[in-house]
Amino acid sequence: MDLTLSPSEQAFADELRGWLAENKPGEEPSGDEAAWDFRLAWQRRLHEQGYAGLSWPEEFGGRGATLIEQAIFGEEMARAKAPMAANLLGLVMGGPVVIAHGTQEQKQRYLEPILSGEEIWCQGFSEPESGSDLASLKTRAVKDGDEWVVTGQKVWTTFAHHAKWCMLVARTDQDAPKHQGMTYFLMDMEQEAVQVRPLRQITGEEEFNELFIEEARIPDANVVGGVGNGWAVAITTLMHERAGLGAGSAASVKIALGQLIELAKENGVADDPVIRQKIAALLIETEALRLNAWRGLTQIMKTGIPGPEGSLPKLQWSAVNQGLTELAVAIQGEEGVLRDSDWTYRFLRARANSIEGGTTEILKNIIAERVLNLPRLR
Amino acid sequence: MNFDFSDDQQAIKRTAHDLLADRFKPDTVRELAEGERYDDAHWGEIAELGWAGIAIDEAHGGQGLGMVELAILAEELGYTVAPVPFLSNAAGGIAIQHAGSDAQRERLLPGIASGDARATAGLLRRNGVAALVPDADSAATIVLFDAEGAGGIVLDAADCEIEPLATIDQTRRYARVTPRDGAGEPLGGDTGPALDRIATVVSAEIVGVAQKTLEMAVEYARDRQQFGRPIGAYQGVSHRCADMLRETESARSTAYWAAWAADAEPETLPIAAAMAKALASDAGWNVTASALQVHGGIGFTWEHDLHFLLKRAKVDGALFGSASQHRERVAALSGLG
Repeated sequence: MDLTLSPSEQAFADELRGWLAENKPGEEPSGDEAAWDFRLAWQRRLHEQGYAGLSWPEEFGGRGATLIEQAIFGEEMARAKAPMAANLLGLVMGGPVVIAHGTQEQKQRYLEPILSGEEIWCQGFSEPESGSDLASLKTRAVKDGDEWVVTGQKVWTTFAHHAKWCMLVARTDQDAPKHQGMTYFLMDMEQEAVQVRPLRQITGEEEFNELFIEEARIPDANVVGGVGNGWAVAITTLMHERAGLGAGSAASVKIALGQLIELAKENGVADDPVIRQKIAALLIETEALRLNAWRGLTQIMKTGIPGPEGSLPKLQWSAVNQGLTELAVAIQGEEGVLRDSDWTYRFLRARANSIEGGTTEILKNIIAERVLNLPRLR
Repeated sequence: MNFDFSDDQQAIKRTAHDLLADRFKPDTVRELAEGERYDDAHWGEIAELGWAGIAIDEAHGGQGLGMVELAILAEELGYTVAPVPFLSNAAGGIAIQHAGSDAQRERLLPGIASGDARATAGLLRRNGVAALVPDADSAATIVLFDAEGAGGIVLDAADCEIEPLATIDQTRRYARVTPRDGAGEPLGGDTGPALDRIATVVSAEIVGVAQKTLEMAVEYARDRQQFGRPIGAYQGVSHRCADMLRETESARSTAYWAAWAADAEPETLPIAAAMAKALASDAGWNVTASALQVHGGIGFTWEHDLHFLLKRAKVDGALFGSASQHRERVAALSGLG
C-alpha cells in the first residue's frame, strides 16, 4: 500500500501544475454565450498541450494517460477552478465510443475535430417517456436505401444548440426484445428535420434542451457498432461518464467545503456545535469519496475489474454536494433565500446532482444487483 | 499510487481469514460469549503466530511490521468477533511503543509482543476513573491516557482497583479501572500519535464486524422469500444493503488510509484517524442494525449470531472516542477553530 504518487505520476502532476500556473484559466464570464466561448477557448488551449484527449490512445491524438493520471488531472483542474471543456461529451463519451466501436473511416473522420473543439457533440439518449428505463426508448429509425429516417423526441441534450453531432440511440427493430433492436447513430444536427428547444431549469439557466426529430436523415455509414447493438455501445459511454467523475469531484467539493467554513465564520456560527458536527460529517464523507475513488482506480488498474468501492463516488458526491449547499443556505438564515447569490445558485443546481448521470436510486439498483448479487426486481 | 495491499500483506490477510474461520466458528464464539470467557489455547496460538507483537519492533521481540498489518489482523478478528484479548494488548503495545519512554519500552514491550505479559489501555476521566477498559482484569500492565489532557500513566495492574463490567458485548471482557492514589509512572512521550493509532486499530476491527453482517444480510436477502420472491428483490431491502456497502467501504478506505498514514505520512495521521474512527463508529452501528432489520424477527433472537456482532460494534463505537467526539476533532483540525 502506497498512497503517494509514483515518480512518473508525480512528474505528470508537476508538469500539469506548471502548465496551469502559466495558463491560469481565469474567471468564467457570466451569460450563456460568453461562458460558451470561454469554454471553447479553454478546450483549444488544452488541445494545444495534448491534454484534451487525455485518456485517448496516442494513435488517435490522445495522451494514453493511466486512470491515476486521469484522476490527477481531474483533481488539478478542480483546484485550478478550470472551466469544463466545451466539447466535454465528445471527449469523454463520443470519442471513446468511436475508438472502441467505430470503423477505420469513422475514426479518421470524427476524432480530430472532437479534440480541437471544431465539432461539438451532444447526446440523444433520454426521452420524455424513457429516463432511468433507457431501453424503453421509442425514437424510431427506418432504413431507406443507404440512409436511415429517424423520428422521435429526445430530452436533456446538453449543448444541443452548439452541437454538430448527436450520439443518438434509436429503435431499429420494433419486434426485438427491448435491450436488442436499438442502434447507435451519429446524427448531423445541421438539418431542418432536427429542432432544438431549450429547457429552462429551476436555476433559470438553459443548460439542457429538447430535440424534436421529424424524419431526419442519417447515412448508413454513421451507424456505430453495428445495427441492433445500440444498447451495448451506449452502455460503454455511460461507463465512461461515471469513470470520469470521482477524484475530480472530490477535489471540487473539498474547495466548496473550504468556502463553507469561511461562510460559517462570517456568519458567526463556527463555534456552534451542531454546525461543527455537520461540517465535519461533510468533510469526512468527502474524504471517504476521494479514498473510495482512488481505491477503485487501483482495483481497475490491477485487475481490470472495478471493485465494489468504485460504484460509490457518484452517489456520495451528489449527497455531499447537496448537503453542503443546503447547509450554506441554512447558515445564512433569512439572507439565504435571496436569488442573487452564488450559494443560492449552487444550492438549486445541486438538486440535479442525484438525477443526472444516473439517479441515486438507479445507482443503488446497480450496486444491489451487480456488486452484491441480489436478485433483480424485474 | 497503489491503494491496495502488497503481496505480503495479502498473504497475512488470507492466512488470518482462513485460520480464524476455522478457530472461531459461530458455535465456538457463542460458547465463549455465553460463558463470558476466553480460551487460553486461542491466545497461545495467536501469540505463537507472532500476532501479539506484529507491529512491535524486532529489538523488543516483535515482528517489526507496521500499522497496515496490524489493521489487517484487527479487521479479520472483528470479522469473526473472536473472543481473544488481541485488541486490548495491541492498544497497550501501541501506547508503550509510541508514547512510552525508552525504559518503559525495554521493560514492557517484550512481554506484550510475546503475549506472556499482556497490556491494555483506556481513557482516564477527570473523576480519576477509566470507565471502560478492555481486558483490564487479565492484563499485567494498564496504560491510562488522560481523556481531557495530553498525558498518561503506566500502571501495574496490581496498583489498580479493577471492577469487571457486564457490558452488552459478551465476546470481550471489560472493566472499570481506578488507579490507587499516586500509583503508576507517567508516560514518557507525546500521547497524540499513540491515541490516533489505537483509534485506527479499533476502526479496522469495526470494518471487519460490519463486513461480516453485510454478508449475512445479503445472503439472507437472497434466500428469504416473502410474497413469492426473495426479499432482496425489493428496493426497500436492496437499497438498504447498498447503503450498508457504502458505509462499510467508506469506513474501510478511511481506516486503511489512517493505518498507512501512521507509518508513511505521520503528519496526516491526526485527521485520518479522527475521520476513520468517526466513520467506523457510525458505520459499525448503522450496518449491524441494518443487518438486523433485513433479518426481521429472526435477527432479534438470541439464537441468531447477529447480536454478538451488533453489540461488539456498539461497544467498539464507544471505545477511544465516539463518532461525535472524533467529528469535533475533525472540525477543530479543519479550520473551524
